[in-house]
Amino acid sequence: MTIDPHHGIVGKAAPRVDSLAQATGMTRYVDDLSFPGMLHGKILRSTQAHARIVSIDTSAAEALPGVHVVLTGTDLPVPFGLLPVSQDEHALAIDKVRHVGDAVAAVAADDPDIAQRAIDLIEVAYEPLPVVTTITEAVKVTDEPIHREPPRNNRDREMSLEFGDVDAGFEAADHIREDVFFYQGNNHAALETHGAVAVVEEDGRLHVFSATQVPHYLHRILASVLEMPEGRIRVTANPTGGGFGAKTDVFSHELVTAQMARITGRPVKIVLTREEVFYAHRGRHPVLMWVKTGFISDGAITAMSFKTFLDGGAYGSYGAASLLYTGQLQTVTYRIPAYRFQGVRVFTNKPACGPKRGHGTPQPRFALEVHLDKAAEELGLDPITIRKRNLVEPFTSTVNHLRITSCGLSECIDRVVETSGFQDRYRNLPGGRGLGFAVGAYMSGAGLPIYFNDMPQSEVMLKVDRGGGVTVYSMAADCGQGSTTMLATVVGETLGLNPSELVLVTADTDLTPVDLGSYSSRVTFMAGNAALDAALKLADLVLTAVADELNLDPDVVSLGRGVVLAGDREIPWAEAVRIAEAKWGLLVTTGTYKPPKDIKGDYRGAGVGPSPAYSYSACVAEVDCDRETGHVSVERVWLAHDVGRAINPLLVRGQIEGSVHMALGEVLMEEQAFRGALHSGPSLLDYKIPTVLEMPQVESIIVESIDAEGPFGAKEVGQGPLLPVIPAVVNAVHDALGIRIDEIPVRPEKVLAALDDLERGGDGRYGPTDLPNYTFRSPQRVDPPPETVTV
Amino acid sequence: MEPVILTVNGTTRHLFVAPHRTLLETVREDLDLTGTKHGCELGECGACTVLVDGTPILSCLTLTVDVTDAEIVTIEGIGSIAQPHPLQRAFGEYGAAQCGYCTPAMILTAKALLDRDPDPTDEAIEEAIAGNMCRCTGYLAIVRAIASVAETNR
Amino acid sequence: MLRLPPLRHEAPSTLEQAIALLAEDGALLAAGGSDLVPNLKRRQYPAARTIVSLRRVPDLARVRVDDSGTVRIGALTTLATIAGDSRLPIAIREAAGTVASPQIRNQGTVGGNLCVDTRCDWLNVPDTWRQAAEPCLKAGGEMCWVAPAKKDCWAVSSSDLAPVMVAFGAEVQLIGSEGQRSIPVEQLYRNDGMAHLAKAPDEILTEVAFGSHTGVRATYHKLRRRGSIDFPILGVAAAIRLDETNICTEARIVLGAVASAPLRVPTAEHALVGRTYNDESIAEAAEAARKLARPFNNTDLTSRYRKRMIPVFVKRALQELG
Repeated sequence: MTIDPHHGIVGKAAPRVDSLAQATGMTRYVDDLSFPGMLHGKILRSTQAHARIVSIDTSAAEALPGVHVVLTGTDLPVPFGLLPVSQDEHALAIDKVRHVGDAVAAVAADDPDIAQRAIDLIEVAYEPLPVVTTITEAVKVTDEPIHREPPRNNRDREMSLEFGDVDAGFEAADHIREDVFFYQGNNHAALETHGAVAVVEEDGRLHVFSATQVPHYLHRILASVLEMPEGRIRVTANPTGGGFGAKTDVFSHELVTAQMARITGRPVKIVLTREEVFYAHRGRHPVLMWVKTGFISDGAITAMSFKTFLDGGAYGSYGAASLLYTGQLQTVTYRIPAYRFQGVRVFTNKPACGPKRGHGTPQPRFALEVHLDKAAEELGLDPITIRKRNLVEPFTSTVNHLRITSCGLSECIDRVVETSGFQDRYRNLPGGRGLGFAVGAYMSGAGLPIYFNDMPQSEVMLKVDRGGGVTVYSMAADCGQGSTTMLATVVGETLGLNPSELVLVTADTDLTPVDLGSYSSRVTFMAGNAALDAALKLADLVLTAVADELNLDPDVVSLGRGVVLAGDREIPWAEAVRIAEAKWGLLVTTGTYKPPKDIKGDYRGAGVGPSPAYSYSACVAEVDCDRETGHVSVERVWLAHDVGRAINPLLVRGQIEGSVHMALGEVLMEEQAFRGALHSGPSLLDYKIPTVLEMPQVESIIVESIDAEGPFGAKEVGQGPLLPVIPAVVNAVHDALGIRIDEIPVRPEKVLAALDDLERGGDGRYGPTDLPNYTFRSPQRVDPPPETVTV
Repeated sequence: MEPVILTVNGTTRHLFVAPHRTLLETVREDLDLTGTKHGCELGECGACTVLVDGTPILSCLTLTVDVTDAEIVTIEGIGSIAQPHPLQRAFGEYGAAQCGYCTPAMILTAKALLDRDPDPTDEAIEEAIAGNMCRCTGYLAIVRAIASVAETNR
Repeated sequence: MLRLPPLRHEAPSTLEQAIALLAEDGALLAAGGSDLVPNLKRRQYPAARTIVSLRRVPDLARVRVDDSGTVRIGALTTLATIAGDSRLPIAIREAAGTVASPQIRNQGTVGGNLCVDTRCDWLNVPDTWRQAAEPCLKAGGEMCWVAPAKKDCWAVSSSDLAPVMVAFGAEVQLIGSEGQRSIPVEQLYRNDGMAHLAKAPDEILTEVAFGSHTGVRATYHKLRRRGSIDFPILGVAAAIRLDETNICTEARIVLGAVASAPLRVPTAEHALVGRTYNDESIAEAAEAARKLARPFNNTDLTSRYRKRMIPVFVKRALQELG
């Protein structure tokens, strides 16, 4: 049952609760911390892409005055990895290095200059090994795999799934289309680089401050790698200067900072340089994709087969999940009666890929939406009709057993089509201009935790003081998305209190109950629900106590703005809580959130994709293309997003506009590309983030489907709006120039190559044609849920 | 180490700094004015912008010993949580800060613009902040926030 | 945080002192520092010992226009000042206004931009990266990774002002231990990425000057990925005079960022001068420019693409002047 807001707090555009701290420079990011006697750490990074470490000589570094500790791989021998299935990393490389920039040794010294000099004095002898940098090479058998264990050459992971009878679906089709696409990898490029400070506190415990989105996972991995009880470690996640998934893994610098503080007893800080961030990476996977779809002539899909090849870089990271995400969410927007997904993630000697905004789904979404655009053209349908013909229905189950509940996709489509004038303007814009359309969907939190357990995914605690002040305790980490403001708004709305007057204690393992972290767009839905749960319990305690005190029927006691309404009396909140504390003792409530259990199927891989609710988006993009230079300028974007309910419309709009910006970077210019195993330019000059001058006008349209399970009906907005923008731009380039760019990013060279091809009488396509020579194992067959299941 | 006299946010400070120390390092690490941020230290992101004699410059590219005769203003110098500058308030009201990391530099850059041109066009605002990267907002809310302050100047 | 390596710093108050300091080993001249400091932080100049700052030398930041219309711009004049000076030709103002970002234009100077070091994807990279690659020619290695067959460095001239100053026939004043001299900007450069300036290390560029520009039509077109921050990966400066019958009487066409020096294109100029200024002569000039330049794969976007853009940009620049 959705609780409707009635205090005018939820739904009102309001500043972030920390906005003045941010704007005055008070917000304490991790590099803003300093402690008496603090040492400055630095990491030596591999200059080899793949090599055996023959020897490391740290003696000169250790002898340098001002150096307090030097660490190498054997000092921290316990392997780790964020996913239990991928325990393939070490804090510092042991035996061999796997990419340029892999962490090899670390020092802590009195000042940064000494630390740098010490790093320069460390001598590492390497024996080079064969280097693998492409998917094509990585699927081959090799004597020297990047990881020996488990023994599967350079294949990290493979999935092969079939839901329903795909071959029968293709048999029934009037028209079948196949396409191959490539999506280049890219980096989050959060403006703040990663960093950590570790301090040994007065009680001897280790306190690690980090720019992390996942303090809980960092806490667990620190305990494991440092071989210390969790209770001896405290993790504080500082507000991060942007995350986007970059800071959802655990990194070398966090572990070695902690270990060096532990060894020296002195505070130690390491803040990465921008170059190091490109080596830490965990960004968008490069993905090669093949999609084949059967249609009947009215555009209805009969079956789809989807293959993905992910270039994972040197470590597993979140890759096992990334792989499944490239296959699982296609069914969340379209009714696909039979669906086959086969995917493989390979290791290469490049920085590890991982989760970035949209985790694993922007690549297949780009492929799918461009593929449908092409199919529509062949079937003589317009881009809207083909989507509408196949649109997923609310409260149904997909062929791969994902539970669909609230769904405002149809309204999103109608709104962007109408406001952009799509139907009149598509195909009718003058020279070089074009319109493109696409849709997308994303999870409001992953249905399953990263390590298997039955505990809540999010827990919130409220404590009331005798002045009426309410403190909210939550581990949710604010990476700029506004989670702290969201918590304040949800609790404020429930209790009728002004969000800016609440006290928020967040993201600290000593002080706050667990929230799994700021990833998979889970925080509003999960921490929001936990906060709502705790606040409702607190409201109940206060209202019951007041009713008792005044001998009133509890039904006539309710909350107003800052007051308890008791019959015809208004009791100020502060007085009401004193009545309640007198009756109940200390006023503390807790709330939890655990996703429903029945939202997933029963097959290997079913754990990735389920979510308690999906957000939906639709986008129209307008481009202006220069035929002579191949330059694509995005002039205007219409983006409608079904957020369930906008808890704070100002922040919702901000996420939409920010998603559009990030998407435009990905579709037009950003790429984590390599020259061999060397990054093509690990700097913010060479890695092209759009400036304000590249930013088009954005029409943000908020659609509210009021999700029955979301807090006040809310779903996610942090990631979903990015998804449709990329294919919408690519489809718009087709409308403008008649060419098809099947490879992201749309560099001007590619546009010109496609135009040249068109001129020579070709089909005007630029993109990959071949798939690697790789045979997937035969798919695990899964029966679809009974037809027309209504949840 | 060289003795230097710096005027920062109206206060004169006597310091010893190494000649290769940048103004970024000095304000953050010697003067504890950590409101000035950094994202690349190579002049590519704009996050370290401070005002030198009213002009936005990149503190990561500036040697401290080269600005001893100038008035330096950092984000801490234009307002506080108790008495925020109108731009500092507007950035919150318009959602112009998400992670907040580019915000101090954006606000100082905008202040220099408004000091020079109290009522700039949106295009002039965009030109002024074209060296400041923001990874969260898509810049549009930032332009709206700056324009809102300009409007009150009318 | 990426920091500078330990260095000495000198800020002499006279040119003579500065010249003497620059004669010492490892001395590097600093104007605004916006090119020097990143290169030093990336440890591109391992021999660097001393930064010699010109900031205390008086009178180097003035712009003067005399009665004859001759313009003299002091080397320490900032790019922002140039961009905002209405006495100057619009092409020069616009070229200055496209350099890097607003902040860098507030720091960066005319002299610094004219002398800006050549750039290359294999050299202007962070430290770990450079150590991971074999050192290139300019980094003290055996060969150039961009054109391994050749024994030259092809790092790219990346000044936005150089092409327009050449187009305006400007001269620079150099002062060194041997005295003072003026040379055309065109002769300031050598097409050698290792040593792209035809001046002694202890010679200081103090001023750039050009005669009256009345009647000159000029423009600068810059190719780069983003509207701000980025260096040019192709620059086209064009300056022409047309008589009352639309005959082109003078033309200078200069390409930036396709070689280690700004390239003047005499063949393109010949295609214009003495002829009616129209699409036909413009097309010939554009084709001549394409033939001359051979960009390498050492900056953003492919060399093939940049080469293809040369005639497009020349044509567009010249059409704007018609």
